[in-house]
Amino acid sequence: MKKVKIYVTLRESVLDPQGSAVKGSLVNMGYKEVEDVRIGKYLELLINDTDRDLNEMVKEMCEKLLANTVIEDYRFEIEEAN
Amino acid sequence: MKFAVLVFPGSNCDVDMYHAIKDELGEEVEFVWHDATDLSGFDAILIPGGFSYGDYLRCGAMASQSNVMKAVKEAAEEGKPILGVCNGFQILTEAGLLPGALLRNKNLKFICRTVPLKVENNQTMFTNQYDQGQIIHIPIAHGEGNYYCDEETLKKLKENNQIVFTYAGENPNGSLENIAGIVNERGNVLGMMPHPERAVDALLGSADGLALFKSIVKQWRETHV
Repeated sequence: MKKVKIYVTLRESVLDPQGSAVKGSLVNMGYKEVEDVRIGKYLELLINDTDRDLNEMVKEMCEKLLANTVIEDYRFEIEEAN
Repeated sequence: MKFAVLVFPGSNCDVDMYHAIKDELGEEVEFVWHDATDLSGFDAILIPGGFSYGDYLRCGAMASQSNVMKAVKEAAEEGKPILGVCNGFQILTEAGLLPGALLRNKNLKFICRTVPLKVENNQTMFTNQYDQGQIIHIPIAHGEGNYYCDEETLKKLKENNQIVFTYAGENPNGSLENIAGIVNERGNVLGMMPHPERAVDALLGSADGLALFKSIVKQWRETHV
């Protein structure tokens, strides 16, 4: 069994109004050092042992469903699940 | 002419769409559940608004992978008219049938009001009953209608006259170039955030949406009768 950790983030070129609002709040709270906030998604998948190329499989899942590559970037890590 | 109204778990404008076709337009219409695999019996496909799959992951993402969308892609290749409204527009972009994506509204708010739209291209099978440049009034109701695409795509949209509707007043959601609706390159797939099916009776505020459905019928009659 493997654990796959997937991080989906908005592309640099895409405005993140939610992140801007959160940044505004943080600055108002006194954390004036905060320069920028970008909000993304974190997904965890548990995957049974398989003959398929796991790296390719996760990439495919990201491209087809988990991320929209028009507006988002993704990266992932694969580790042994306990 | 026979219309299909697709229904996903969480669609909520399907009945309005059905009413617009059956009672206001006077054409045949049927609901089609998302697991259907065959749309060959229909002349036009309507993808209604709502919150398919609860907007989980991204608006329209899961619906774009459903069985019926494979049939929608086939229908699109055959040149049949396909209209996606609101969540339907989001589903069409997620399915790759239209370029770009719909982002969160710039002001982060859900907006529900009637807005003026400009008909930017009346040479499509969806807009031939409007005048070029006509201002029409159609309601919007969305939290994620902020159209985005890269510069190259925008250039193509402009070159091919694929921008069909723009917001004529204040831009409500931050969409690129005030875009409210676009067609694919072939011109038979239209996605738009405003709801024409909610503007088919003057008693309910506006009947400006009816001409869109009449345009589809006119085009179909000219090519099939």
